Amino acid sequence: MEIKVEIKEKAFMKDQKSVQVLDDIHLTFNSGDFITVIGPSGCGKSTLLKIIAGLDVDYEGSVVIGSNEVKKPSIDKGFIFQEHRLFPWLTVEQNIAANLPLKKPELREQVNQLINIVRLNGFEKAYPKELSGGMSQRVAIARALLREPKVLLLDEPFGALDAFTRQHLQDVLIDIWLETKTTMILVTHDVDESVYLGTKVVVMKSKPGKVGHVIPIELPFPRQRTDQTFQEVRNHVLKHFEQLDQYSAVEG
Amino acid sequence: MEKSEAVASVPLQPDLVKDRVSTSFKRKSKRNTRFISGLILPIVVVILWQTVSSLGWVTKIVLPSPLAIILAAKELILSGVLFTNLKISLVRAVFGFIIGGGLGLALGSFVGLSSRSEKLLDPSLQMLRTIPHLAISPLFILWFGIGEESKVLLIALGAFFPLYVNTFLGIRRVDAKLFAVSQVLEFSKFKQLKLLIIPAALPNILLGLRLSLGAAWLSLVVAELMGSTAGIGYMMLDARQFSNTDIVFVGIIIFAIVGKLTDSLVKWIEKHSLKWQDTYKG
Ligand SMILES: Nc1ncnc2c1ncn2[C@@H]1O[C@H](COP(=O)(O)OP(=O)(O)OP(=O)(O)O)[C@@H](O)[C@H]1O
Ligand SMILES: [Mg+2]
Repeated sequence: MEIKVEIKEKAFMKDQKSVQVLDDIHLTFNSGDFITVIGPSGCGKSTLLKIIAGLDVDYEGSVVIGSNEVKKPSIDKGFIFQEHRLFPWLTVEQNIAANLPLKKPELREQVNQLINIVRLNGFEKAYPKELSGGMSQRVAIARALLREPKVLLLDEPFGALDAFTRQHLQDVLIDIWLETKTTMILVTHDVDESVYLGTKVVVMKSKPGKVGHVIPIELPFPRQRTDQTFQEVRNHVLKHFEQLDQYSAVEG
Repeated sequence: MEKSEAVASVPLQPDLVKDRVSTSFKRKSKRNTRFISGLILPIVVVILWQTVSSLGWVTKIVLPSPLAIILAAKELILSGVLFTNLKISLVRAVFGFIIGGGLGLALGSFVGLSSRSEKLLDPSLQMLRTIPHLAISPLFILWFGIGEESKVLLIALGAFFPLYVNTFLGIRRVDAKLFAVSQVLEFSKFKQLKLLIIPAALPNILLGLRLSLGAAWLSLVVAELMGSTAGIGYMMLDARQFSNTDIVFVGIIIFAIVGKLTDSLVKWIEKHSLKWQDTYKG
């Protein structure tokens, strides 16, 4: 699904004053892209993602996915939030199925497969309070994947996790992407992560949020963090990132 | 068993299962010691009480001995007087509770789910809530006499507000973040109610239920003691006239037991329907 983002302006009201958060953002993503978005805290990454998801429609401009303009959230635009946002009163498998009937054999089968993929076997009947942060986030991922979205939007999904779990989930995500070719848009503040996952890195700057650079990453998958070429690309992105950060720090 | 086997194959979380097993052991022994330590004080009091009565330090009109109360209870049970009266009291309480509690639940949900009905109804209801409902009882007697209507209505009034307020609060406490999830997953209105709003409001609703039952029970006692021709309250009034203090005590104990039983029932429901909750347990 091709995605066309045209945001002229997005502002929030703060103490009866309008504060501009996003300014003149034009982005086009191809079907099957793995887009990563990095930028300093508060530059409007989450706001951008919510607009693409249709969770926020109060802005000037338009978002078109395929041939449809985004007006509201829907299951073909999967969203994984910064916090896992599981329903505490539902077990792991009920959370994954949520509003879909777990009693149906086909669905049951799909849920079991996903539990396998995110390695949660044995925890099907556990409640969220019994899970660690990483496990909860894996449930949230399985919940989004079950709907087979055309676009998957992820807002710093691994931010709260330890390095080991994070790397595991990054690899899980790459496997899923390679297999399904779902268009992914992932927000992160970790340059390393953006280069490890992305086919294109969008570098944002703040006050107001703008697109600084769009850097294509041409490294083949699976990528090796320790590779020299990986390090070079990473440093290249980091340089752009720091440069923009400096400018915005001066301007602000 | 199945779970712990499967867990063992996941290298990431070996200590989670151990934790779960050891806490369940701890919890069980903790519950036993709590039960026993809770009994110490009442037993001491009863022994002292019996001693004081047996020594004749107080007259049996002021304070009959525990033994005398037990004998009185036995007689009331054998003659069937106790159960006839208890049944009448229970029927009143149940009717009043169903009317008041049901209305509270319905209006609380209605007002909680729509801000328009909140603006329309809530201010008036909140104003009425500030009146202690037992203060209205003289008015009810004037309007309906001391028959069943005034009693059932007083109980209904007592049961109404706790459920109304807590249902309303519970619904308004639904997390906006989870609401966004329900939008992303395209929940139908029905699924939203079933998977999001009702479970999120349930802790408050059950609290409301407990408070409501308590209020219903209190209203029953007051209504019956104000004047009645049957019921546990009547039994107590009647006994007082003949200075049968032991029967008055039996009545008090019956009120206490039934009150405690209903409270335990709701607690049991809470424990089973809210086991997903992650709260501090002391
Ligand atoms: N609901 C809101 N009301 C008012 N202002 C908001 C709201 N949501 C976000 N903002 C403001 O918009 C700006 C961008 O917020 P956003 O959450 O998009 O940043 P972010 O890039 O995701 O930051 P982080 O990396 O810390 O998550 C911030 O200055 C924030 O204060
Ligand atoms: Mg954010």
